[in-house]
Amino acid sequence: MRKYLARRAAYAAVTLLGVSLSVFVILRILPGDPLVAILGVEGHARMTPADRVRIMADLGLSDPLPVQYARWLVDIAAGELGKSFFRGDTVAELILHRGPISAEIGILALVVSWLVGLPVGILSAFKPNSIPDGLARAMSVLFIAIPGFWLGMLIVLALLFWFGYKAPIIIVHFWQDPWQNLQIVIGPAVVLGLAQGAYIARMSRSCLLEVIGEDFVRTARAKGLREGLIVMRHALPNALLPVITISGVLLGFVLGGSVAVEQAFGVPGLGRALVTAVIERDIIVVQNLVLLYAAIFVLVNVLVDLSYAWLDPRIRYS
Amino acid sequence: MVVRAAEQPAPGSPATVFAGQSLIGSMVGELGRFSRRNTLAALGGLVGLLIIFVAVAAPLLAPYDPLKADFRRMNKPPDAHNLLGTDQVGRDTLSRVIYGARTSLFVALSAVVLGTTVGSLWGVACGYLRGRFDLVSQRIMEILQAFPDLILAMAISMAIGTGLPAVIFAIAITRIPFGGRVIRSVALSVREMPYVEAGRASGASALRVMVYHVLPQCLAPYLVLATTHLGVAIVIEAALGFLGVGVPPPTPTWGNMLADSITALVPPWWLAFFPGLAITVTVLAFNLLGDGIRDTLDPRLSPAFLRMMTGGRRR
Repeated sequence: MRKYLARRAAYAAVTLLGVSLSVFVILRILPGDPLVAILGVEGHARMTPADRVRIMADLGLSDPLPVQYARWLVDIAAGELGKSFFRGDTVAELILHRGPISAEIGILALVVSWLVGLPVGILSAFKPNSIPDGLARAMSVLFIAIPGFWLGMLIVLALLFWFGYKAPIIIVHFWQDPWQNLQIVIGPAVVLGLAQGAYIARMSRSCLLEVIGEDFVRTARAKGLREGLIVMRHALPNALLPVITISGVLLGFVLGGSVAVEQAFGVPGLGRALVTAVIERDIIVVQNLVLLYAAIFVLVNVLVDLSYAWLDPRIRYS
Repeated sequence: MVVRAAEQPAPGSPATVFAGQSLIGSMVGELGRFSRRNTLAALGGLVGLLIIFVAVAAPLLAPYDPLKADFRRMNKPPDAHNLLGTDQVGRDTLSRVIYGARTSLFVALSAVVLGTTVGSLWGVACGYLRGRFDLVSQRIMEILQAFPDLILAMAISMAIGTGLPAVIFAIAITRIPFGGRVIRSVALSVREMPYVEAGRASGASALRVMVYHVLPQCLAPYLVLATTHLGVAIVIEAALGFLGVGVPPPTPTWGNMLADSITALVPPWWLAFFPGLAITVTVLAFNLLGDGIRDTLDPRLSPAFLRMMTGGRRR
């Protein structure tokens, strides 16, 4: 297990290094002059060459690219993530301030997806091709197709029209006021959770049906066990592994999707900070936030792999 | 008559051959069988075709010019004049949704074809050549897959500037690793087949074997991949537009329209509802079609599809 863990961690580290390099390349080398990117063509043309040189040096953008890249890595290791070009607050502050909201949304979405998806999947697998199964499958097909940000917009609009309700739009952390905080995060969490739940329902249904066809389940049936006991005790634990993987993969959708969903709900999370930074062409912020999102995705997939190896010894020893 | 006859014969019987005397007859028969076995998928295909038709025939179908503002009719709810209402500057929502289909479908189709094709060719090369090339390629694809789709697309389109080609390119890049992984695994198994070995033994170059022997086997999974990813591409395009980093306004796209609708203090419901409905229906249609094609062409992919996205992890 320890060897497996070490190998997996090494892979993740290499991947992350590659991720950081590609983020750097995408944001620095592709578009030519970063000042044009930040200021726009007209803004750039209005500046004197001396100003340009000064600002470039200020931003640390006038060094050779390999030096810049190396310095960025050192900065990350030291927890110094640079400054927003427009706001003056550091990226680290931004992450600490807004990160908890987005993290809450992600975790709650995960909880919602399992709470909704697993029971629905089990129900479907209990009586395949029955009416409830058909309904559940139709719903999951529908929720996979509905874009989360649109569903979010509709929910916000409906609450506003019918109840005159609007969730708080300032940052309220859980430890400051749990009730207000919940009002902020619950909407995006439910929207993201339902979409994931649809995948989980689908996956757990197909995996359960696969397992139910196996010999040990027939043995359990032959012993005269109740159907409920067979599914919950014998089939479910064996069917859960792929569902866990899916959940980890889905995190990619949640991370990406949360950016749009936060925008739809007007939630002041990290996703909105990223969108703002992209629109303002705030390179330093974008670079660090994109890396952060990718890093979370990679790390969660490592955790999923580890949980896999822990739950299924066949993987650990192969 | 040919159509009916082609629909009837027992699968695999010689009647199939007789009924499908003409190529068109056999294709119709094939389609008939497909749609009877996958009613939902056929329905999805039909709706998809309808949407493609709407996109192509937009100038004929749209009642108004999608860009023409009419300041006498701003923010009007749906009525007899404007069936789906008008936006803040009096542009007709129905016309904009119809023209939006053009942009959205064009971007999604080109991005998926571009990304999946590049990824698939890469995957064939990886699976057939193996060795160091494969190893390095796999790391690169892992890196590409480490980014959440939307975030990678945002970063790329920010770097190369917004605009139609930039958005297509950005979405295409996010599709590459999926093609690469799935097709690579197909190529890996095909390369062990006796006829491929025969090709190698008779002195064919690696390129020739890949193009003439391995590539044709990848067509079915390629089609499956392309259709299943169409829906994803449409959602990414819409999300980019919604976030203001997609195809720039005033070009009507579904995402742009949604973005417009939330800038209002009291968002008009018709502006928020109809473009989103268009996205949902389109994605639903392509997803259903994709599921059906997958079940027909490549049942092996079925449960493994999502697992494949995890990076080909085995159970």
